[in-house]
Amino acid sequence: MSIDIQVDREINLKGEVCPYTFVKSKLALEEMEVGQVLRVIVDHEPAVTNVPRSMENEGQAVLRAAKLNDTDWEIVLRKETE
Amino acid sequence: MGMSAFSDEQIQRYSRQIILKEVGGKGQRKLLNAQVLVIGAGGLGSPAAVYLAAAGVGTVGIVDFDRVDMSNLHRQILHHTEDVGRLKVESAAETLLRYNPDVTVVRHQEPLTSHNAMSIISPYDVVVNGADNFPTRYLVNDACYLLGKPLVDGCILMFDAQATVFVPGKGCYRCLYPAPPPPGLVPSCAEAGVLGALPGLIGCLQAIETVKLILGIGEPLVSRMLLYDALAADFRQVKLRRDPACPLCGDSPTIRELIDYEEFCGVPIPAALAEH
Repeated sequence: MSIDIQVDREINLKGEVCPYTFVKSKLALEEMEVGQVLRVIVDHEPAVTNVPRSMENEGQAVLRAAKLNDTDWEIVLRKETE
Repeated sequence: MGMSAFSDEQIQRYSRQIILKEVGGKGQRKLLNAQVLVIGAGGLGSPAAVYLAAAGVGTVGIVDFDRVDMSNLHRQILHHTEDVGRLKVESAAETLLRYNPDVTVVRHQEPLTSHNAMSIISPYDVVVNGADNFPTRYLVNDACYLLGKPLVDGCILMFDAQATVFVPGKGCYRCLYPAPPPPGLVPSCAEAGVLGALPGLIGCLQAIETVKLILGIGEPLVSRMLLYDALAADFRQVKLRRDPACPLCGDSPTIRELIDYEEFCGVPIPAALAEH
């Protein structure tokens, strides 16, 4: 996936575990407009699969879920529905 | 609205319902902004108020003039053994705040009458009926209709229960039972008894219907009545229709103001339902 995704908002959820990684991502996305992109940084590895799965269940788009470095991952989401 | 509006504690406390697609942060905000009045801190009102407070309904009003009696404790879970003799509104408020200090509990420590019913009910969004007597049941029905408030109704006796949601214009308690039965015809809880978990179940159902009304989700229990026979473990539903001849919400209403009936209690069996 390309690197040039326009990110509208970023939240750092390092130190957070499931389900709060999802809950806080969901609350952040609720404040945004349809079509906008949210980048979430996590250091809790299960969140890298759990957050995208839950977001897809809610009808949101997962643009990327990738390792950034030894400790961190990024999850890039696009709001598709209110 | 959104993440910034919730404290970390709120996010943790409500996380399992915020996760629900039908709730989310927006739904949680609606609950926190909602005001629900619970009539009676008794068998039905106890579980209803506990779950509404735990869910984060921002304001829970409790109407009850009575004191806790030892014989209440097998079903009225707002009150504990050490509360016997205390005012129910005080005991209820303390229990609710221990569950959730986020909630504002409004104590209405007085009997509901034709004089105060309108002013007590009018600030609230939804009313949960946990009245144990007919005069209050009719008063609440009439006041909610006249004020245009949704009424989440529940009724129990012995092993039988009924629950429904009355929304003005879609029928009311008087469409089913136009006037109270004569005093003494229907036994009261004190005379006939009640299984403690029965109001527990129906009060929980009333809490669920109230949350659904606040969130505007699902299919509310409107225009139908749920009947539960605990001994048979049987749930049934009957359709309810607004009665054009209803003295309150019918086409030519004769009741335009509140009425105080003589005190008595119990569960009536309407002829239309008894046949089913």
